[in-house]
Order: sequence, then C-alpha cells, then structure tokens
Amino acid sequence: MDLAYKILIDPFMQMGAAPDLLVQTLWEGLVAGVLYSLIALGFVLIFKASGVFNFAQGIMVVFAALTLVGLHELGIPAFVALFLTIVVMFGLAFLVERLMLRPLVNQPDIILFMATFGLTYFLIGFGELVFGGNPKKMIASELYLPSGAYDIKMFGGFVSLQKIDIAAAVIVSLMVLFLALFFQKTRIGRALRAVADSHKAALSVGISLEQIWVVVWFAAGIVALVTGIMWGARSEVSFSLQIIALKALPVLILGGFTSIPGAIVGGLIIGVGEKLGEFYWGPLLGSGIESWLAYVIALVFLLFRPQGLFGEKIIERI
Amino acid sequence: MFYREAGQFKTTYQADQAVFPILQDRIGLAVILVGAFVFIPFAASDFFINVIMIPFLILALASIGLNILTGYTGLLSLGTGGFMGVGAFACYKLTTFFPGVNVIVWIFVSGFFATALGILFGLPSLRIKGFYLLVATLAAQFFLDWSFIRIQWLTNYNTSGAIEVPTRTLFSVPLTGPNATPQLRYLVILAIVTLLTWLASNLVHGRIGRMWMAVRDMDLAAELIGIPLYRTKLLAFAISSYYCGVAGALMVFFWYGSAEPGVFNIDQSFTILFMVIIGGLGSLTGSFFGAALIYGLPIVLKVGLHGLGWNILPATIEHLTFMTVGALIVLVLIIEPLGLARLWQITKQKLRVWPFPY
Amino acid sequence: MRVPGGADIATGGVLLAVENVSLAFGGVKAVTDVSFDIRKGEIRAIIGPNGAGKTSMLNIINGFYQPQHGRITFKGETRSKMRPHDAAKGGIARTFQNVALFRGMTSLDNIMAGRTLRMNKNLFWQLLRFGPAMNEEVEHRRRVEEIIDFLKIQEIRRTPVGRLPYGLQKRVELGRALAMEPELLLLDEPMAGMNLEEKEDMSRFILDVNDHFGTTVVLIEHDMGVVMDLSDRVVVLDHGVKIADGTPDEVKRTQAVIDAYLGVAH
Repeated sequence: MDLAYKILIDPFMQMGAAPDLLVQTLWEGLVAGVLYSLIALGFVLIFKASGVFNFAQGIMVVFAALTLVGLHELGIPAFVALFLTIVVMFGLAFLVERLMLRPLVNQPDIILFMATFGLTYFLIGFGELVFGGNPKKMIASELYLPSGAYDIKMFGGFVSLQKIDIAAAVIVSLMVLFLALFFQKTRIGRALRAVADSHKAALSVGISLEQIWVVVWFAAGIVALVTGIMWGARSEVSFSLQIIALKALPVLILGGFTSIPGAIVGGLIIGVGEKLGEFYWGPLLGSGIESWLAYVIALVFLLFRPQGLFGEKIIERI
Repeated sequence: MFYREAGQFKTTYQADQAVFPILQDRIGLAVILVGAFVFIPFAASDFFINVIMIPFLILALASIGLNILTGYTGLLSLGTGGFMGVGAFACYKLTTFFPGVNVIVWIFVSGFFATALGILFGLPSLRIKGFYLLVATLAAQFFLDWSFIRIQWLTNYNTSGAIEVPTRTLFSVPLTGPNATPQLRYLVILAIVTLLTWLASNLVHGRIGRMWMAVRDMDLAAELIGIPLYRTKLLAFAISSYYCGVAGALMVFFWYGSAEPGVFNIDQSFTILFMVIIGGLGSLTGSFFGAALIYGLPIVLKVGLHGLGWNILPATIEHLTFMTVGALIVLVLIIEPLGLARLWQITKQKLRVWPFPY
Repeated sequence: MRVPGGADIATGGVLLAVENVSLAFGGVKAVTDVSFDIRKGEIRAIIGPNGAGKTSMLNIINGFYQPQHGRITFKGETRSKMRPHDAAKGGIARTFQNVALFRGMTSLDNIMAGRTLRMNKNLFWQLLRFGPAMNEEVEHRRRVEEIIDFLKIQEIRRTPVGRLPYGLQKRVELGRALAMEPELLLLDEPMAGMNLEEKEDMSRFILDVNDHFGTTVVLIEHDMGVVMDLSDRVVVLDHGVKIADGTPDEVKRTQAVIDAYLGVAH
C-alpha cells in the first residue's frame, strides 16, 4: 500500500506542490530531447536515403565536434575551423561511400548495419588517437553562440532557461524545415527516396547511388556537426556522448525510422519522460534510472504500436 | 593433399549425419583436444595459460552463446554483457549462501538465472524484429548493468561495490580464489567449454538448429511449414543466455578473481558481438576464431610494436586496436559476410581438390 | 511415403470448402465473396489475370491472412481464424511465387526442416544427439532421401540453396513441401520463369505426387497449356471475384473468362 502510494500519488503531489520545479524539469527534458532528436535525425536521414541503419551517427557527432575544437586549438580562427570541419565531414562521407558502402551494395541490411559498428569503432580509435581521450571545451563564444540564462518568475519560484538551449531549439527547427523541403521538393530529394525503396530499382532508372550516398552521408555529417556544437556548448565534448547517442534508438522506435517529424517528437517524448522519471520516481529505485528508462519506455510502447508513432502499418506479403 | 575424403564411403545415414563426416576433421579435432587437455597444462607457462588460454576459452564460450541467438536465429543482441553479469552475480550469491556445494555446480546452475532473464527480455521478440529488437536487448543491457551497481545485495554490501571471489576447493585443492593454480583453473574451464560446445554442436546440427536457421532465413516460410516462431525464438534466447551466463560466471570466478560492477557494461556486449561477426555468423568454429582474433589482436599489436623497438603508450595501443577491429569488421563483411569460419571452409574445400581448381 | 487421404480419391469427398470469403487491405479489395470447394485427390487450378487475388486466396487457405468475411471448412472443421502453423499441422503445405527457401541452409537441411512437425524428440535428447534423437534424425533422413531421389536432386544435397539456379530452387521448395507429407499441397506458380524442359519435369512431379501419394493439389499457374493438361477442375478469378468454375473445357468456353483474358471494352 505504502509502495503504491509512493509510486502513484506522491510524485504527483510533489509536482503540484512545486510547479516551478516541474516546469524546470520539463524544460530540462525538452532540451535533452532536442539533442536526442538531432541524433535521431541523422539516423533517419541516412536510413531514409540508403536503408542503412547508421550506428555510427553518435560517434560522428563526437568526431565532428572534436575536429572543430581540435582545429581551433591549432590556432585556426573559429569560422575557418568550422568550414574546414565541414570539409572533413565531406571527406568522411566520401570515404565511407568509397570504402564501405560501395563494396557492400545489395548486401542484406543487417550486414550494412554491422559494417557501421565497424565504422563506429574505427572512428573511436581514430578520434582518440588524433585528439586524445580527454574531454574538450566547445568554442561556443567564438562561434557567437549565446550564453547565460533567462530567469523567469513563475508559480512563486523561478525557472531558469539557458540561452544556448533556446538557440538550439531555433536552429533545430530551421534545420528540420530545410530538410523537409529538400526531401519533398528537390530532384535529389526524390532520388533519395527512390534509393531508399530499392537500390536495384533506383540504379535501373539511372540514379547514381554513389552520388546520393555521398550527399546523404554528408548531410548526416552536417547534422552531426550541429549536434556536436550544441551538445558541446551545454557540457563538453567527450567520447561519453557515444553512449548517450544510443538513446537515439528508442527515439527512433517511437518516431518510426523514416519520419523526420517522428524523430523530433520521439526525441522530445523520451527526453521529457526520462527527466520526469528520474526526478520524481528515480529516488524510489535508488536513482540513476535515466540510463535505462528510455529503452523501457520504448519497449513498452513497441508492444502496443510496433510500427512507431508515425510509421505506416506494414502489410507482409509473401 | 592429405585432406581428401576419397575412399571414405558412408554406408549409413547415421554416419552421414555426423557432425564431422570427414575423417581428417575428426583426427584434427582429436589432436586439438589432446593438445589442449594434456600438452598445454604441462608445457605452457603460467603466463600463457593466464593471459591467453583462459580468456580465449571464456570469450569463445560467450561468443557461442551470442552466435546461437544472432548467428543461428538471426536475432541481433547487445545484451550479452548483461546476461554474462547475471551469471556471475548469481554464482557469487549462490556460493556465498551455500558454500558447501562445489562451485562448479553453481557455475552450471547460475546459467539458468541468465536463462530466466534472457527469456524475460526475449518476450518482446514476438512482435518486434530486427533493429527494433536491438532496443529490447539494450534495455536489458542497461537495466542489468544498472542493477549490478545499485543493488548492493548482489555484492553482499561490499563497500567497494566489487565482488571478491572466495576460495572454493575440490577435494581440498583450491579451484578459485588467489591460491588456485592457473593449470587447474584452465582445466576446469576447458572441460566446461568443451562440454558446452559439444552440446551446442549437437543442438545446431539437429532439428532445433534447423528451426533456428529457418526462422533466421525466412520467418514467414518457417511459420508456414509449422515452426512455432515465438517458441523457437524464446528457446534461442534461453539457450543463448545460458551460455552467456556460464561464461560470465567463469569469467569472474576463474579469470578475473574479482569484478567491478562495470565489467559487464555495453562494451563487453560489443566485444562479443564483434567476435561473432568476425568469426562467422552461424558457426561454432567461427566463435573460437573470432574470440582468438579480437582478444589476441591487442596482444599481438603490443608485442609486435614493442618488438619493432617502438615504445608505444598503452593508450595508443588501445586506440590502434579500436581502429584495427573497426576496419577488420568492415573488411570481413566485404570479403566474406560469413566471416573467418566461411573462409576456413572455402580453404578446406580448395584443399580437397588441390592441386586442381575444381 | 503414403499420405492419408489417398484412399479417398475415388469417393472425391470435399476436403476443403471456401464459402463467401472476402478480404480487403484498407480500401483495396483483394478477394470478394468467393466460394469454391476442393475435392480429395484432385488437382484444382486457380487462374486469372495478374492481381486477380489468386495468391491472396492461397494465403487465406493456409491462415497467413485472416478473411474479414466468410468461412473455411477443412476436413469437416469450420474455422474463421487459424494461424499458419496450425494449417501446417492440419496438413496444408505450400510453395511460393517467389521462392521462399531458407537461403543459408543446404538443400538437405531445407527439406529436413520440412519434417520439423513430425519430429518430436525433446531438448534433452537433442542436446545429446544420441539414442532416440539420432534414431529420429536417421529415420527422417531416410524419408527425405526418398524425396531427393524422387525429385532427382541428389547432387545438390549439400549445396546452400542460395547458390542454386532458380529452377532447382523451385524443386527444392517442392521437396520441402512434400517432406511435410501434406494432405493439401498449395503451389503458387510452380513453373514461373522456367523453360519448356523444366516445365515438363515439374508437371511430371506434380502429376506423380497426385497419383502416387494421393495428395490433393491446388495450383496457381499462368501457362494455360499446363493448367488445361494437369488440372481436374479450374476456378477463375478476376479482380477478386469468381467468374467461372468447372472442368478445363467448361471454363475455356465461358464468355466471362474469354473477356477477362482478352479484355473487353468496359
């Protein structure tokens, strides 16, 4: 009885008693959610366009951010470093296509998926070799990203909103808008969707797979860079982000693997759910439940809606 | 030249359904077993046994476990580390509750705890497949990893949060703990791994193995020939987790001697998965190849680079290992998606007809 | 190899009856109000233009799709819902339009897999692969070898099916279905993409299965020559609706069938 009270009633009493804390927690959740959304967005982009589930998206975020900071540390001005990082990400996309994707055309999805495990490990080793394993500080102010916070009075307390988080939300919205237009309206966008449906069929109508893959991996690289900057500005640039990036998986489960809005909404749900769970229910279990709550939320969700929030129901044919 | 099967005629289906139908393969296996059981314990140095053989065997056992799930049944899992941890902690609790019972018994029993959790986290496999199932196994991995750290009962409230393996004996000779000799620990592990590999081999070559592979290759067709999908998948989860659990228990009791809770984290799951991919999906022999390669690679790198006279920091070796393993995975998948085991088979095939191409 | 049901060829009782079955996916009607029956021991063809709902019909019969309306009576038992592996247990086997073999397994293992339902030695014996489990394995291997001989695929026993040419894959798939010793065998375009010689071989196998083992066969085929030669009775579907039913000769003369195949101005 006591336990039921602690699980079912007490947390809500707490929420009611200190609404400012609730709003703060919700905000924290949304902000974490934006990051998950961004990583998931990179996944969706590549999955939509090549049917490849790119496990390496998380490490690409770290790699992009490290490259940026690393170049700046060499004394290169911030915006030149930014440009050079974009060039590096293009180089990465090019090499991935040439050395990994091209030899694996028409292999089953699971083989390509496992190849991205290999890519992940390679980039971890390479990144640590070049940049060292220590966390680095993002060059946020050099890139004119805002810092500090707005404190808003509310419910007799106050809620603190980091300016960088607001900037992140704005940038993400713009990026999603741009990507949606790109996919729907441009010739390359149409070609991308064709490739996602079937490699062979796309080849047969004269779409160049090589080109498409470089474009979409490059796009995912840019998304990774933006993610890396935003995340780095909030905390620091380190390889531990790699594990956090795995949370994009539950996000994708919620949002569906091919839906950009799904990735965004899924990310926000997971972010908020996780923070609320940790803050209000975590103490019951000895805290730290953030590490697995996202997966369990996704799992429970899957049992009721296997195709995700925005995914289409699949009719199996034989 | 020596690897020819000419003249070896099968007169019964029993002989033809044998796991190693070719005489040379059986001789080769016998040589390996004799070498492993007799030669190594007497001739090899403590260092070789401790640093090479013991880890290799344990990791190979875990790879067999994952291979049953991923290679044979086609269910991708990143929960291996978690299930190994369940075996280790179950064994620790059992042997502290009932110190009178021989620890080897508990090693075998602890696998069943992993089985129970494996089935639990396998339950969603009815409705979800592929990448989606990966999330279920990640849930298992992170939840179990968290439990090992947070539930202090599991470590008997040890203040360091780690488990120390107590000394356990057989006929008053220490098997585990600081006083156990490497030779004895090695022999126990070897016996268990040999037994379990033999059982797994029986399983995958019979009806159950065919059911697993049918589900892997085309689940809809499997269902239409009367294979119950759900039960088949759950059986794979159960048996796979058993192997991982036993491997985890062996790892802590016969290799590490003590375990920080972080030992069974996601990296462990990745390591075992890589062994399975590189060794060969759907091959027991491949599990041994994969374990040898992935575990041996950093050692070879270290010894090799030092041999070249380069003085390299341990951290750099680690980074190089990561890069090499990553590149190897991509390379193996490009050359032969079924891994070293398939390359080995092709080599044997070539040998059979050597010196002719066909 | 003897199959129950063989003795009933002469009586020709109804093995399976489909009554007023309808199936739709969302707004797309795949099958609309179709009724027909299948008698024991006959070869029953289902024909019709592309998209007529033939494959959907087979999928309904073996429980892969659940029809929204209608009833199916199999061996005197009426059902509205059935899972595919219940159908398999009941004695319905199936081959597919696009070969659905287990690509990573050898021909032998594929056909052995077809005997799964008839093997029942438990996990304990399977682990030991000894005694009862080995006896069972050997006994079923003998049955499977009979099928391999019958289909003349001895030399590809140990070849992974993914590497076989299409025609042989179709043969192995038929072998896997036969290994189930079915009462009712559903063949979805068994001759698609084959040359004349391969078609002749396949026709011979189908007739032999029907004659020797008394297996009832339902056949979807586009080659009209084959259909007219092999089948006892024919159902014609068009746009999910049954437009004719009878012996090949009767069907050939039906105006609706001629229209459906040659096309008429609507």
